[in-house]
Parts: sequence; structure tokens; C-alpha cells
Amino acid sequence: MRHLIDPLDFTKEEIGKILDLAEDISENTAAYAHKCDGKILATLFFEPSTRTRLSFESAMMRLGGKVLGFSSANSSSAAKGESVGDTIRTVSCYSDIIAMRHNKEGAPLVGSKYASVPVINAGDGGHQHPTQTLTDLLTIKKETGRLNNITVGLCGDLKFGRTVHSLIKSLARYEGIKFVLISPEELRVPDYIIEEVLVKGGHDFREVRTIEEVMPELDILYMTRVQRERFFNEEDYIRLKDSYILTKEKMALGKDSLRVLHPLPRVNEIAKEVDDDERAVYFKQVQNGVYVRMALIMTLLEIE
Amino acid sequence: MLKIDSLEKGIVIDHITAGNGMKLYKLLNLDKLDCCVAVIKNAKSEKYGKKDIIKIDGITCVDLDILGFVDNNVTVCYIENGELIRKERPSLPSKLTNVIKCKNPRCISNAEEDIDHIFYLSDSETHKYRCIYCEQEYTDNH
Repeated sequence: MRHLIDPLDFTKEEIGKILDLAEDISENTAAYAHKCDGKILATLFFEPSTRTRLSFESAMMRLGGKVLGFSSANSSSAAKGESVGDTIRTVSCYSDIIAMRHNKEGAPLVGSKYASVPVINAGDGGHQHPTQTLTDLLTIKKETGRLNNITVGLCGDLKFGRTVHSLIKSLARYEGIKFVLISPEELRVPDYIIEEVLVKGGHDFREVRTIEEVMPELDILYMTRVQRERFFNEEDYIRLKDSYILTKEKMALGKDSLRVLHPLPRVNEIAKEVDDDERAVYFKQVQNGVYVRMALIMTLLEIE
Repeated sequence: MLKIDSLEKGIVIDHITAGNGMKLYKLLNLDKLDCCVAVIKNAKSEKYGKKDIIKIDGITCVDLDILGFVDNNVTVCYIENGELIRKERPSLPSKLTNVIKCKNPRCISNAEEDIDHIFYLSDSETHKYRCIYCEQEYTDNH
């Protein structure tokens, strides 16, 4: 039995197979409509989410399966003080696979130790978000035709942005990736990502403070939101929330082949006017999220 | 000068950084042993000026895995029949379970009581350990 807790739980080759399957699903969705007949996905969202939870539920329903679960800790036994381990053991009896989101970092790892069915980390605090990474990889692959030799700019909250951490770890396994880390000083990528992934791996990376200075060289611009819920101090949030706003003027500096991704939801870091630019692919990314989660569910349930 | 008898059989943990003796005594759970254990503080050391020493009398099978994490200066001497049979410098353990605690307030290990506090050796050159749950580096100073 396999779980997906960390983006590196799967080898590069295994990720390749999931992305290939997701691409096939995107082209022949109807052929997969009954692959999970009789199967149940439990979505345990101890932390509120719209997109990821609905994406998982849509994925399972499109495979013919059913879903159950809760969408906040208040509507689960966690509110009564039940441990993650006990919740997961119980829900393992009700379902064939579990997608779990929690505000505490490492909670899905704890859950996986008690589970008798596969557990998928659907986001743990500011730590990791591996299914968003699969979504991002699929989008990059579909949009650029490759996963190597890409200059990727990651912009915004790189400290608490779990999607960024997972994406860097995953992209670092491909050849010729150049990382450009665009953030205010206070929201820099954590040292463990810099030291243990980028420095140790000998990767080409640099840290900058403005989008404009690097826009012309980027193949991918990965925008992120400054997340209010990650701050202990409201003043810090207010000071940093408008650090980067992508506008038409800034887009004009980018290449024709540039693609702009965002894990969503956005607040104001991408101006609405950018949505009409064909290089903005964040809504295609949302659709890819469903396909890649379908592929992941099938893979973990070992369904051919 | 204080005199502690030499061992017929047992373990001598020598060259402990002065001040670390009692910390090691607790972390190694030596208080739970039924045999005679001596902790010598501030013994004279030619190399370091002063050092701590722990002598464990009568047994040689004590779990010393975490020694390398706490103090990588130490040497461990195993004694049988009054003779030194083996001398070791402890290596860094690859995993620490319930030895140290994660200081990240966002980590699940600080939110639930029954979770083992587990750290892995992420860099043997710089002796860095990281929490397996949140990957935050362990530091002694905050």
C-alpha cells in the first residue's frame, strides 16, 4: 500500500506515469467513468478548503466512485479532542482511500502511520501540498511540452507557500531547471529548501526582490498569494500582502512563450486584466488538477 | 583527590564536555539501571582542561546510540576482566526518537500528546537534524 505524503514519495518515473495517465484521462475522460465504481474516497479537511476538496470529490465522482467526509475540524471529532490517529483509523473502516488536509504540519504523515487505506496529503499547514505539485507539473508539461530546461520564477509568499516548497523539491529532479525566487526578505524560501534542495543539489537559483528585473527570462511564472492564515501577527500580513501584483504592464515584459500559473485562490496578486492574456493558464491548471487527482486515485488504488 | 575504583567489567564514557555529564546521564536513562553508575564532573583533562566522565559498573550492553548527537567529543571504553577491550568514538545516529522536541508551533508533534518526537539526520557534515513531520531544523538555542 502506498501513500502520497511528500512530493518525493514517488520516483521521477512514477510521477511521469501519473502525468501520462492524467493526460490520457484529459483526452478520453469518458473511458475512465467507471474505473472506481464501488470505491469510496474520504475527504478529511480539518482546515477549510474549497478548491482542493471539490477537486478531489470531482475526481472521484468522474471515476464512478463516491465520496464522504467533512470540511472543517469543527464538524469532526477533532473538535471533541480526538487524535489524528484515531480519526484516520476510524475513517479507514469507511473508505478505500483518504485525502486529508490539516493546519498542522506533518499531520498527514501521522495519519498514514495509522491508516489501513492509502492516504493523500491534501496540504499540511505551510509545509507540503503534493497534489498541487502534480497539478503544476502536468500544467507545465502540457503548456511547454517538457519538464526540463525551464526557467521558473516563483513569486510571493515563498516562506509559508507550501505549493512552492513542494514544486521546488519536485522540479529539482529534472535537468536544466533554473529557479528565480522572487519574494520580500520576510517571506524568503525556508533555509531547509535552499540548503538541502537547491545548494546541495547544485541547482541554478537566485533570489530577487522584483518581478520586473527577471520577467524577460522566465518560461514559467508561478504566482502565489500572501496567506493571512499563516501569520501570527496581522500587522505583518498587512505590510506584506501587496508586495507583488502582476499587471498587464509587467506581462508585457515577458516572452510570448511565458506561462503564468497560480495555485489559487488569488486575492489581488494577479490583476483581473491579466486573465484575458493567453499566457495566463491558472484556470486550465484547475482543470488539470482534477485529471491528475483522477490519475493519482487510480494509481494508489492500483486500478489499471 | 576523589577516587573512583577502576572497573572489572563495564563502560567508561570519557572526554564528555564538562557540564554535559548529567545531561547524558538522563538522556541515556542511566537512572533506570540497577547497577552502580558514577558521574564525575570537572575531572582534569590534558586536552580540554576539564571534562566529565561516566562509569557504568558491571554491564556492557547499554544503548548509547544518542551519544554522538549530544556530545561528539566522547570516547566509549568497554572493559572486560579489568582490561580495555574496545574503544569507540560514537557516530551520529541516523534517527532520534523522543530525545529532543520540535520547536515549530505549527508542527503536529506539538499539537498532540501521544506522538513520538522523531528527528532524522539531514546533514552529517553539519550535524543537522530535522523533524520528520515538519522538517524544521533542530537548534539548541531557541
